[in-house]
Amino acid sequence: METLPGNDMIGLEEIHKRFGRVEALAGVSMRIRAGSVHGIVGENGAGKSTLMKILTGFISRTSGTIRFAGREVDLRTPRDADRLGIGMLYQEPLDFPRLSVLDNFMVAAAGHDPGRLRQQLLELSDRFGFSLDPDSAVERLTVGERQQLELLRLIHRRCRVLILDEPTTGISQEQQEILFAALRALRDRGRAIILVSHKLAEVRSLCDRVTVLRQGRVVADQEQPLDEDRLLQAMFGSLPGGQRTVASRETGRPILAMDRVFSGAGRSGLHDVSVSVAENEVVGLAGLDGSGQAVFLRIAGGLLQPDSGSVRLPDRGRADRPAKGRDCRQTVFLPADRLGEGLVPGLSIREHLLLAGDAPFFLAPTTGRTQAEKTIATCNIIGSPSTPADGLSGGNQQRLLLSLIPDRARLILLENPTRGLDVRSASWMWQFLHRRMGDDGAIIFASPDLEEIMARATRIMVFFNGRILLDAPTDRTDLQTVSRAITGRTPEDARLPAA
Amino acid sequence: MDVSPADLLAGVTATAAPLLLASLGETVTEKAGVINLSLDGTILLGAMTGFAVAATSGSLAAGFLAAAAAGTAVAAVLSLIGTWLGQSQVAVGFTLTLLCRDLAYFLGTPHARQPGPQLLASPVPLLSDLPLLGPALFNQSLPVYLSFAAIPATWYFIYRTRPGLILRAVGENPAACWARGIRPRLVQTAATLAGGALVGLAGAGYSLALKPGWGRPQGCEGIGWIALALVIFGGWHPVRVALGAYLFGFLQISTILLQDLFPSLPTQVFQVAPFPIMIFTLILIHAGRNARGRKQRLLLRLFRGRPPAALGRTYRQA
Repeated sequence: METLPGNDMIGLEEIHKRFGRVEALAGVSMRIRAGSVHGIVGENGAGKSTLMKILTGFISRTSGTIRFAGREVDLRTPRDADRLGIGMLYQEPLDFPRLSVLDNFMVAAAGHDPGRLRQQLLELSDRFGFSLDPDSAVERLTVGERQQLELLRLIHRRCRVLILDEPTTGISQEQQEILFAALRALRDRGRAIILVSHKLAEVRSLCDRVTVLRQGRVVADQEQPLDEDRLLQAMFGSLPGGQRTVASRETGRPILAMDRVFSGAGRSGLHDVSVSVAENEVVGLAGLDGSGQAVFLRIAGGLLQPDSGSVRLPDRGRADRPAKGRDCRQTVFLPADRLGEGLVPGLSIREHLLLAGDAPFFLAPTTGRTQAEKTIATCNIIGSPSTPADGLSGGNQQRLLLSLIPDRARLILLENPTRGLDVRSASWMWQFLHRRMGDDGAIIFASPDLEEIMARATRIMVFFNGRILLDAPTDRTDLQTVSRAITGRTPEDARLPAA
Repeated sequence: MDVSPADLLAGVTATAAPLLLASLGETVTEKAGVINLSLDGTILLGAMTGFAVAATSGSLAAGFLAAAAAGTAVAAVLSLIGTWLGQSQVAVGFTLTLLCRDLAYFLGTPHARQPGPQLLASPVPLLSDLPLLGPALFNQSLPVYLSFAAIPATWYFIYRTRPGLILRAVGENPAACWARGIRPRLVQTAATLAGGALVGLAGAGYSLALKPGWGRPQGCEGIGWIALALVIFGGWHPVRVALGAYLFGFLQISTILLQDLFPSLPTQVFQVAPFPIMIFTLILIHAGRNARGRKQRLLLRLFRGRPPAALGRTYRQA
């Protein structure tokens, strides 16, 4: 049964979902048309993920009706959704990193003729302008490429509804354009595409219609052209404060000094990096995913030893101590993979704070509870002292990590700090960081969001293939120069005539 | 005693056969992300069941089938408690080992030291007369031929078929499989049962062919642990696991030969010797993997293998 463009592909009526006493969805109704891109926006905890999990069969609704192409359906498992042709691109690629691209494509594919599937993969890849090598291992791909692979797989599965959850998180501008072109092509062929996003810019450029969720309810529904102010107001109730650009301040003594650092770690390694970061600097690291920012941060944080070169870190005001045996109270690193590298999944908020602070030898169940309650209140964490870290949402995990930063921290290293945070949480985070930094600290953060770097950092470093191609104060460079550097062109190249 | 190289090779392939079946079975199970630690007990239970059924019914085929069924049954218990009820696979498997071992000794008492049927070699005409390799490859009993076939078959299944791909995918990331409409727990159960059947067969391979008869000790005690170690050191790759099994077969045969050279040493030394030697060999191979330098790394790539990412972690479905 073919659904004509413009007709309803999915109809939701009064969808409710309760988790215990919490009502995650309080009667959501909406229609998603074939041949359209439908944006779903809302702040953290608005119910977007819950709704998508219901559509993909991961969880079942408490009540309500779901219609697919006019028929009432019951989605109990992902298998049901898959049979109807509802496919989802998850924010964290849900694939098999160790297996090859072709193997990933073949798991649960239609047919099992490796030769033919390889041919089909290559044809599809070609049609959408992707370049995927069927034999390379998926763990060597960038997040953007893993997404492309997953997209091709869903198209090959003849998915009629494609759900994308924050698809541009962690991918380059270039990959984003390729992805958007592919999505537009799919829309024109009658697919229904649901885009879950925080970023209004991409919603504006891609979506035909936008639904805003807030506290489990539909609070706004707009067609193009969109009224952004009203969307923002619907999302947050009130508009978040304007982005405060950090003014360049007087820099102080050097805090971190790297001299001719080389490393073979990561996808690109680090090649001949010599930089110095001083007190009062906020440095933004830009570059394609895996261009060396992650390695740089881990070497600066003392988590990784460079193959050669020297690293000097803060020590009682002098930057002359080798990195070995770093003082973890002065240097903190907040990784992008919060649960994997930053927090201990089984431990509660109270236990995390005890680990970070000076806990007594004997620990009663009440030890540190008041302290934990205070932290929960000041950091707006939604949880109780006994909530385990893996029971917190992504934004709350980040707030917990932030609350663990000691007062004396002088060098704060962050990897994709606003990943998964809505605008309001992000601006809270920056205020918090500036308070913690005081006037003798420095912040270095990596972010895939150039606008964030330009707004929040005093200095930008652009990584390309393990080298720093551009290192400039943010008020003395522009987006064009930065984007050129991200794609591997140095400012010097720009002045040369094209070869 | 004078032993020709042909006889030595024949001994190696025969000795390694049941070990091969067990370790290949465990490889399949672990590829799906399930650890079946009950191997040592299951082999004994399979040996006892196989011998008892064959002796009572007079049919060797019935004995082998019963042994496979016993292995499957033990695996089913692990699957039920581990995969479906979400309990620790390691704890359940370990307990099952002890349970099966004692169960085998207890239930097998009536058959201890009794005469029973024995599977004889079925030589392949002409080929068995080949010099050197003839006796090793073509003058063996059926389980040995089965073990030969099992190596390429397991490899082909795991790396070249659709169910094999799904098996590997489940072992790597069951959550992603679930999202794609695959039922990870069903796949894990199938892999556990199939692996268990092979382990049970291995038991009958001892009591009906390699070390015919039942008693306490039967002579196959400890083999299950070696099989588990082989899967790990073989990097979860059937061919490398098979090489390990042949190495162990060679050690067992050579210690028997050495026994004649040192008649003054107690025989227990020779029975036990292959185990520590095997472990030390495996440690040497394994330690070499951390070697630095390009050349060494190239050499050691042969031994490199990574466990399935979800190995031993019970998949909890939403």
